[in-house]
Amino acid sequence: MTALLHVNNLSKRFGGFVALDGIELVVEPGERLGLIGPNGSGKSTLVNCICGTERNESGSVHFDGQLLDGLAAHQRTHRGVARSFQLPRPFPSLTLADNLRIPLLYTVHARLGPLRSAGDLDTRCGELLKMVGLENKARHMPRDLTQVEMRKLELARAMAAEPKLLIADESMAGLSHSEIDDILALLVQLNERGITVILIEHIMSAVMSFSQRLAVLVSGKKIADGKPADVVRDPEVVRAYLGQ
Amino acid sequence: MNTAKFSLITFAIGAAVFAYGHWLEIGYLFFAGYVILQFIVLATAWNILGGYCGYVNFGSAAFFALGAYSSVFLHKFYPLPIPALIVISAVVSGVVGLGMGYLTLRLRGAFFAIATLALAVVLQTLIVNWDYVGGSRGAYIIRPETIEIAGFTIGFIEYLFLLMLVLAVLALGTARVIERSQLGFGFATIRDDELAAEASGVPTLRLKLIATTISGAFMGMAGAPFPYYIGYLQPSSAFGLEYAVNSIAMPMIGGTTSWIGPLVGAILLGSLQQIATVTISSAVNLLIVGLLLIAFVIIAPNGLVGLVEGWWRAWRRR
Repeated sequence: MTALLHVNNLSKRFGGFVALDGIELVVEPGERLGLIGPNGSGKSTLVNCICGTERNESGSVHFDGQLLDGLAAHQRTHRGVARSFQLPRPFPSLTLADNLRIPLLYTVHARLGPLRSAGDLDTRCGELLKMVGLENKARHMPRDLTQVEMRKLELARAMAAEPKLLIADESMAGLSHSEIDDILALLVQLNERGITVILIEHIMSAVMSFSQRLAVLVSGKKIADGKPADVVRDPEVVRAYLGQ
Repeated sequence: MNTAKFSLITFAIGAAVFAYGHWLEIGYLFFAGYVILQFIVLATAWNILGGYCGYVNFGSAAFFALGAYSSVFLHKFYPLPIPALIVISAVVSGVVGLGMGYLTLRLRGAFFAIATLALAVVLQTLIVNWDYVGGSRGAYIIRPETIEIAGFTIGFIEYLFLLMLVLAVLALGTARVIERSQLGFGFATIRDDELAAEASGVPTLRLKLIATTISGAFMGMAGAPFPYYIGYLQPSSAFGLEYAVNSIAMPMIGGTTSWIGPLVGAILLGSLQQIATVTISSAVNLLIVGLLLIAFVIIAPNGLVGLVEGWWRAWRRR
């Protein structure tokens, strides 16, 4: 079985600051990978490089057997990489249903051709909203939502693009315990449908219960990669998190 | 309401105004009406880029002048009927719009606005130094008194009015179609959040280029008949501040999120300016625009359409 995502020796610098330094990362289809690391360790930069928001100087990203380097962000979305943003970025002037309509119109149509009629689009928007429990707010604006609902909308919009890989960038930061459980259940449910998930998170209980494998970034370098229980006992990881 | 029906209704309203003026022989109605229609086209064109995509273009006058000077050039080089000039001006301005978009769309906000303003300055300098189209002296175009279309003889100003009416209907129809299409949704995401738009699969650069091209083309079309209207075209009038300011102010006052906004804004501001020109002086025009703009930014930042929508929502909630 070939890997779904293969990040090969990827480096990124901002001026003199090395944000990512020779990152190697392989993600298998259907896997649940947790990605952790202290603030500023380069997690979001890695996501940005995978998704095309930022360009890496060296190294390459292969996805589903194709080279992603040089493709714009929207082209990578068309190929099946979806992400949620660390701070939710809904389209504030569009209703919730229309927020979800965008990836359906621009990604699913682009991939499959205009298979869907207007009615099908509405049905699909409804299904997605139902999946995240926002079906009663289809005609609301994003400003009417609570934090947790905003995160759910963010995930629903990423899912609307029908991705093979979902990268959830801190979708639980600032949420309460029950809300975290909500989002976790949602992510597991998506994974069960066959979507590979990379979870970037600071909340260790969530990461530990979700991940099948854990990778740790510190100062732009990957210092550990393996079974969650082993990784958290790794002396280097402990040193990076707790200091010595 | 479908597009054909919409076009028919808007055209019928314009035609009714035309018939009124024609039979009562009110020449002034056409002179004033032409300017208002021209501003409907300009405001609608500006709104396609400025309102839908959120990119503020300060260079409207450049595209308008490009249309006008394409006409002057062809008038001297190889005279063609005005509808053909309009098409050629649309192509010229559309291509310049595409080029400008390609060069400047990496800039956002105030930086983009400054770049478009720079385009206007560069183009004006070019025209001022181009002797063939009159340079800084300007160019005269002698307009015939009447023209014969399909057996009817009508005044030339009436003919110009009709042309501008067709353009206005075309511009409004296009804006309306865009607004309800996939393209319109894409434009809205660009206005809201480009990063999130890309992540949702929206090809933002391509969409922005489409917007600058359409917007530029319509501004050029609005400018094409202008030399025939004014009779004497000089750079300072074609590149006039009033075009840049009005094409921003009209959508802002009317409301930028729908095609109705620029229409309402253009009719309101355009009529006010015509009234001011006749009763006080034409110099007072920009003052009116400025004061109204300030008032609207404070009282109704979403324009008249936004204001009415707000009332409507509040009323329904009672």
